[in-house]
Amino acid sequence: MEEKKMIHLVIDDVNVEVEEGTTILSAARKANIDIPTLCFLKDINENGDCRMCVVEVEGRRGLATSCIQKVEEGMVVHTHSKDVVEARKMVLDLTVSNHHRDCLTCIRSGNCELQALAIKYNVQNVKYDGKKTKNVVDDKSPSIVRDFKKCILCRRCVSTCKKVQEIGAIDCTGRGFDSCISTAGDISLNDSNCVFCGQCIESCPTGALHEKDDTEKLWEKLYDKDIIKIAQTAPAVRAGLGEEFGEELGYNSEGKMVTALKRLGFDKVFDTNTGADFTIMEEANEFIDRVQGNKTLPMITSCCPAWVRFAEKNFPDELSHLSSCKSPHQMFGAILKSYYAKKLNVDPSKIFVVSIMPCIAKKYEITRPEMEEDGLRDVDCVITTRELARMIKQKDLDFNSLEESNFDDDIKFSGTTLIKVKDGEIDETYENADEIEEELQELLEEAKENTK
Amino acid sequence: MKTIEELHKIGEEKRKELELRVNTNLDIREKHILVCHGTGCTSSKSPEILNNFNKIIKKKKLTNVRAIMTGCFGICSKGPIVIIRPENTFYSMVTPDDCEEIIEKDIIKGERVERLLCKDVTGKMVERLNDLDFYKKQKRIALKNCGVINPEDIDEYLAFDGYKALEKVLKEMSQDDVIKEVTDSGLRGRGGAGFPTGKKWSFVKIEEAKQKYVVCNADEGDPGAFMDRSILEGDPHCVIESMIIAGYAVGANKGYIYVRAEYPIAVHRLEVAIKQAKSYGLLGKKIMGTDFNFDLEIRLGAGAFVCGEETALLESIEGKRGQPRLKPPYPAHSGLWGCPTLINNVETYANITRIILNGAKWYSSIGTETSKGTKVFALGGDVNNVGLVEVPMGTTLREIVFDIGGGIPNGRKFKAAQTGGPSGGCIPEEHLDTPIDYESLSNIDSMMGSGGLIVMDDSKCMVNIAKFYLEFTVSESCGKCTPCRIGTKRMLELLQKICEGKAKEEDLTNLKNLALGIKKASVCGLGQTAPNPVLSTMKYFEDEYKEHIIDKKCRAKECKELTQIVIDKEKCKGCDLCKKACPVSAISGEPGKVHEIDQSKCIKCRTCLQKCPFKAIG
Amino acid sequence: MENCMDKKVRKETKEILSKFKKSKDYLIMILEEVQSKFGYIPQVSQMEISEYLDIPVAEIYGVVTFYSRFTTKPKGKYNVSVCLGTACFVKGSKAILERAKQKLGLEEGETSKDGKFSLDSTRCVGACGLAPVFTINNEVYGKATVKKLDEVIDEYMKKD
Repeated sequence: MEEKKMIHLVIDDVNVEVEEGTTILSAARKANIDIPTLCFLKDINENGDCRMCVVEVEGRRGLATSCIQKVEEGMVVHTHSKDVVEARKMVLDLTVSNHHRDCLTCIRSGNCELQALAIKYNVQNVKYDGKKTKNVVDDKSPSIVRDFKKCILCRRCVSTCKKVQEIGAIDCTGRGFDSCISTAGDISLNDSNCVFCGQCIESCPTGALHEKDDTEKLWEKLYDKDIIKIAQTAPAVRAGLGEEFGEELGYNSEGKMVTALKRLGFDKVFDTNTGADFTIMEEANEFIDRVQGNKTLPMITSCCPAWVRFAEKNFPDELSHLSSCKSPHQMFGAILKSYYAKKLNVDPSKIFVVSIMPCIAKKYEITRPEMEEDGLRDVDCVITTRELARMIKQKDLDFNSLEESNFDDDIKFSGTTLIKVKDGEIDETYENADEIEEELQELLEEAKENTK
Repeated sequence: MKTIEELHKIGEEKRKELELRVNTNLDIREKHILVCHGTGCTSSKSPEILNNFNKIIKKKKLTNVRAIMTGCFGICSKGPIVIIRPENTFYSMVTPDDCEEIIEKDIIKGERVERLLCKDVTGKMVERLNDLDFYKKQKRIALKNCGVINPEDIDEYLAFDGYKALEKVLKEMSQDDVIKEVTDSGLRGRGGAGFPTGKKWSFVKIEEAKQKYVVCNADEGDPGAFMDRSILEGDPHCVIESMIIAGYAVGANKGYIYVRAEYPIAVHRLEVAIKQAKSYGLLGKKIMGTDFNFDLEIRLGAGAFVCGEETALLESIEGKRGQPRLKPPYPAHSGLWGCPTLINNVETYANITRIILNGAKWYSSIGTETSKGTKVFALGGDVNNVGLVEVPMGTTLREIVFDIGGGIPNGRKFKAAQTGGPSGGCIPEEHLDTPIDYESLSNIDSMMGSGGLIVMDDSKCMVNIAKFYLEFTVSESCGKCTPCRIGTKRMLELLQKICEGKAKEEDLTNLKNLALGIKKASVCGLGQTAPNPVLSTMKYFEDEYKEHIIDKKCRAKECKELTQIVIDKEKCKGCDLCKKACPVSAISGEPGKVHEIDQSKCIKCRTCLQKCPFKAIG
Repeated sequence: MENCMDKKVRKETKEILSKFKKSKDYLIMILEEVQSKFGYIPQVSQMEISEYLDIPVAEIYGVVTFYSRFTTKPKGKYNVSVCLGTACFVKGSKAILERAKQKLGLEEGETSKDGKFSLDSTRCVGACGLAPVFTINNEVYGKATVKKLDEVIDEYMKKD
């Protein structure tokens, strides 16, 4: 491999050597010199719009954009000169002047990049006050809330949506001061081709994009003594929840999570993994049916609601490829309100099923029309890992010192009880996994025979 | 397809026919009626005039006369303009109904239609176009063919050395020879910033790439500027020829002309010209029998001032929002679709053919030390002769405003001249004797810009003018970077406060700091220069800003909140003219008695001021 | 269900598209044609263009709303447009615009409920020699005064 040419430059009196093609920003960070950024998102959004990362390059007119501009041999860079700091302060003054400054009640307070920079650069009063761009909140979708008042037009969400997710539901529209990030025709995200993957929320530096909060609705139910509150948690939640309480990334907090959910008021806490088992079996059945019946192949999973919506919006003629199975938590919800309700001998309308999920598209999924049986929703509420963490904090639970408990095991896979679901109804019950495997093997053999 | 010999023949024969267009003293019976078809004259019915002439000529079976459309003559305020050649008789403000009389009297009887002859500022009748003071200090290089040839006839272009420069380049010159000639001429970019043209060409030439492009920036968005439009309308082939030459010099075989869709006439003439050039083999493959290929396409700008910025223009050609790119890399290195791209403005190209034909030495003998050649200005505002002027660099503003422009109308006094449009500044009386070139204008806090030159008389409020330019910038800012997107809006809001008398003294400091900050931190030229109109007026007319803030007074009475239009009881004779003129019936009073203005109804349109014969309203 | 109007727009947009290569750089040229065909750029057209050029419709909307010549709503039968270029401004075009707003009861960019009038301001129509200037559709009215504007608009008000 050809070796890259090395470039030598001086940043704040420090000699730095980096490969040709490196930006000033990454050269500086390599030398442990930090330059503030706001719109920059490495490899995704590199357009130099916000002007926070400007630096002074000796001998050059104006200020250089460090997140984009490449190093040159012999360059002398100042990252915190008077001009530079004044420019950054002005940028912050201006950004703040067009921002809805309700930090006290903002979901991102304490975790907001604009707030952090404003504090760092001592923005203590609002220097310029005037008209604000757009005073609208789009909360029509079940998943995402877009608060235009807090958008700083960094376009990180646009790049993520367009370049990473390749959806292109939002883009920069309008011009000048009236520019805003919007959908085609300024319609609600709910009515657009947005698939509710939620990646835009991840990339947003402020509170302009956030998940729809369902905790208030849930608290109501948790205090209701007349209903049975059942939680099911997706596999990822136990791995992500600890982070919110200072645990290491990936820390498995399954036991504490179950305790916390019980303390919040849930009567039963199940593992969505069980639902996944149902789904796998149901999908296998469907697959065999398709092979045997010479029906549409390949068969594609329908477990991810964002993917299903994507397919519906973009490939409406190809939907027959999608499996007709519900996703694990939906299927589990349906079972809880049918099989399990019967088992407990309660009125299914008295059961309130809550899915705790890592993805906001699940909030949308439970609202889909097919996700109900006899007027009862399969799942009544979805909250995300973050919402769960907030609820635990509201309840003043000391999460880290909670004792550990196990999931409820009235319905469980792997070794005890297994059920085979067909067309949404329980078909057979198996006693152990081996039995299932046997049946699957048989079915597959049969399928092979038929396709010959 | 035409061979070089055929092109020569067409040109020579046509030239004989057209000699009367440039030679006033020809003693022949043949006459040409030239009817201006620039945008100004077109919008006051010049096509109908041309049509009428043709109808009458046909009806009367006249054989020694032809009526022809031409490009702009320059003096737009006198339009629609009709010129009779070879005499160069100049009829102004002609209407379609005047055609009969012009044919009868002038063409048939050889007399002048006196009532249509143009009067100069002093009221003196001017018979010939070249007798007008307006033309005396001008030197036409870029506008040489404007108003002389029919822009929709390539043969007429060939008659005046058309495509001879291209022939010379392809036959006798290497790529480097061409670039050297352009470099030696001292030509600098006429789009505003004044980058040396030859240098730009050499940057593109040295790039090694499979594909390079040549682009013509015809997105003339400066409000009140129409130089480029007039060149495209009056002499489209000269831009096309120069672009082919540029393509040859830098090694590009594809060109784009990016022109505002708001210029339908220019677009149409370009389309016609490109079609003609293609049919003559001047565009396409193996041009003039050489191995050089070059193709040209038109791209329309859809109404965004920022697309005049070269990188925003490239984005727009690529079909995107016209948001500027960060530089470096410069377009010469990475332009259209990442390929090396040469971008020059219309007027810059318009100079190239003349430089090739007449030589760098000739060109560089015109102008000042640092700025060579001529510059075209669109002269407008409070000046007697509104129109297009081309003067050698180094001409003073005073010469342009007073000698060429004929001074300030209505007995008013000169207050400021604005150059460089929304990127430039207001130049006060004290700097009127500055010889115009790139450096001298930026030394007095303005800039050359593309060539808009707006004159303002002493009835204008300079704070209001600054506000006007900021309004423009705010509505034209692309919204990409924070300083320009939010900063210019905040500047405008501060100016509004000042104009409404609601500002405090510290607002002035804030305004200035913000202006300086925006200049430094914005991404592109639009943002970096947007504060200039404010900074220059704050410098030269600071007392007016202070008056608005401290005394809550607008001396020009333009800022409505600080102004009341009142009738002087002493002077009012009750003639009733103001009452009749008032569009909102805000004036009351019996005829013969003193009138009064109802301030709650008055919209300050100032119509009454102009109507009052006794100067009683103010 | 798609209504007749949408169907017609879709068909005519497709006709326009067939004249262009499937290349993204023709987007603005296509939009120009659509704008002049319908007097605005209908949502349906944007969706057709999106499919043809394989560009997200939000991006097309971003382009449409960036350029001031493009509109997403139909303009009035008579579009009154006051030039706010510098030459016209210095000659008092702001007062003309203010009067036009008052007279038509419209703000800039608005269309009257009956679809008869719309009001705009433009940047330099290039008739600086006739400043101040306003236009109604393609007709240019030079050396304008508030009174002249009133008279001209009154004329149009009498028309259908």
